[in-house]
Amino acid sequence: MMKRLLAVFIARNKEFLRDRAALGWNLLFPVLIVAGFAFAFSGAPAPLYKVGVAGTAPPSGFFTTPHVQFIAVDDLAAAITKVERHRLDLLVDVAGARYWVNDESPRGQLLERVLLGSDNAALRKQAVSGRLIRYVDWVLPGVLGMNIMFSALYGVGFVIVRYRKNGVLKRLKATPLSAIEFLAAQIVSRLWLIVAVVMVVFFGTHLFVDFAMYGNYLTLFLAFAMGGICMISMGLVIAARIASEEFAEGMLNLISWPMMFLSGVWFSLEGTHPLVQKLAMIFPLTHMIDAARAVMLDGAGLAAIAPQLGVLLAMTAGFLVIGAWLFRWE
Amino acid sequence: MSALIEVDNLVKHYQGVRAVDGISFTIPRGACIGLLGPNGAGKTTTVEMLEGIKEPTSGSIRYQGEPLGAKFRREAGIMFQSTALQEFITVRETLRMFRSLYDHGVALDELIDACALHSFLDRDTRKLSGGQRQRLLLAIALVNDPQVVFLDEPTTGLDPQARRMLWELVRDIRRRGKTVLLTTHYMEEAYELCDEIIIMDQGRIIAHGSPDDLLARHFHDVVLQLPKADFTAGVLPQLTALDCGDSVEILTSAVTDTVQQLLAGGVSLDRLRIRARTLDDLFLELTGKELRT
Repeated sequence: MMKRLLAVFIARNKEFLRDRAALGWNLLFPVLIVAGFAFAFSGAPAPLYKVGVAGTAPPSGFFTTPHVQFIAVDDLAAAITKVERHRLDLLVDVAGARYWVNDESPRGQLLERVLLGSDNAALRKQAVSGRLIRYVDWVLPGVLGMNIMFSALYGVGFVIVRYRKNGVLKRLKATPLSAIEFLAAQIVSRLWLIVAVVMVVFFGTHLFVDFAMYGNYLTLFLAFAMGGICMISMGLVIAARIASEEFAEGMLNLISWPMMFLSGVWFSLEGTHPLVQKLAMIFPLTHMIDAARAVMLDGAGLAAIAPQLGVLLAMTAGFLVIGAWLFRWE
Repeated sequence: MSALIEVDNLVKHYQGVRAVDGISFTIPRGACIGLLGPNGAGKTTTVEMLEGIKEPTSGSIRYQGEPLGAKFRREAGIMFQSTALQEFITVRETLRMFRSLYDHGVALDELIDACALHSFLDRDTRKLSGGQRQRLLLAIALVNDPQVVFLDEPTTGLDPQARRMLWELVRDIRRRGKTVLLTTHYMEEAYELCDEIIIMDQGRIIAHGSPDDLLARHFHDVVLQLPKADFTAGVLPQLTALDCGDSVEILTSAVTDTVQQLLAGGVSLDRLRIRARTLDDLFLELTGKELRT
């Protein structure tokens, strides 16, 4: 029995070790993840509290309190919304001699004591109230976005490569079907499936998790749909010529995993290394999640998320042109 | 018969290898042409160029006098040697999908009857037997009511019963006036179905004609087969006996004389078999290779 076991054990080891792509990926992938996280969160530990500051704060007193991150604020209305949503613990308008605190926020209450206990007793309080944006509220758009990304990339990219490898594309090439017709069918098919699945997950989750949704449903739908088309098009580029499923899987992993970690699915990119924040902007997932979060958590309208939609549109056009140009049936 | 397809000086290079090396032939309308050759002879490359799947390096292929184009794709039916179908869809759905790709075609019910697909119409294509799968692939090749049908090794891997059923379907296609180009490893299949055969080796055509003509042109003898145990070497020095493992083969054009010589030599003829020369023999004669090597 041991002899047979050993024979299979050795054969399997050789099979794995000689598959250079799989071996390389297995070695490289964890290293890349650890290195990525180490780089993203390099520098000083994250501060405990966040205070928005409108105007120029004096470099003394409350504004030198340790473990508090003081964030310059240009848009006072947007900052007040953040206090309402518990995303800022306190907001101080230096020139107007007033401050905003959410009476439902324990962190805000504590910071208010620190503020008034220092040399700022003359500031007028502007109380606001608002529901706490919990992690589940914050993470939901990211999780939906991640689901769309995997469905788009693997559902189109991987499937087309498989079709090419097993001869389905060759068979279709022998018919009057054009490449553009074939690709368009793939895009439309995957898009409606993505939209349907996202809607089921969204409303299904809403039945047992009372998550925040301050914006318009149609606007949110548009953000997800445009993100979906963009990532489907990205999948077409990857699948345009590859005929090896193993190589395609490696490529898709190489793209999807960094995108999942660096597009703000699980954690906010605020406080990460500036290079990471810049890198994140090349990923369509970042723009889709930003737009979806703005709609769901801040009640943003179409105009407010137009920049993200514009970027997604431009990326989609680029991917489609490249994908159609590169595409080969065989 | 007028030519449906004309092939002129066709060449295909693969990284320095001349897979197809300047071949020319015509396929008459309504004929069944068999393309034979061992693996690596260039027949699949040739067929794929004729199907419009691969671009020739040089030379021309004309369909009804025109270069291969949209008209050819509308009017050609192709059964590839190995084709995967989209998964999780049934036979009926697969037929509907392919039928929808063509403006003109046959009614699905007619196709289902012709290819005997009734018993597994609603079965997932992954769960078909070898014979059922080949019949479905043949039906797909016929879905557009093609003028010319390419069948690339359609019976490879099938049991004898399934193979004969497919032959009957091919004969039915021919009865409808379609032109057929068949590649096969099975000589019996080529002999049964084809009006003409083209034998290729190393990218070139080495023989072209009707099976009977080719055999008559190259052979004037038959083969006598005897178990080696029944044949004593050296008894008949005037006969040339080929050692074929457990048996010996004697080539002769005068069967009666040879049999009398064997009897006179004391050889038992109880297990004697006499067979005519085959296309396998022809190929061996022409190239020195077995047909399936």
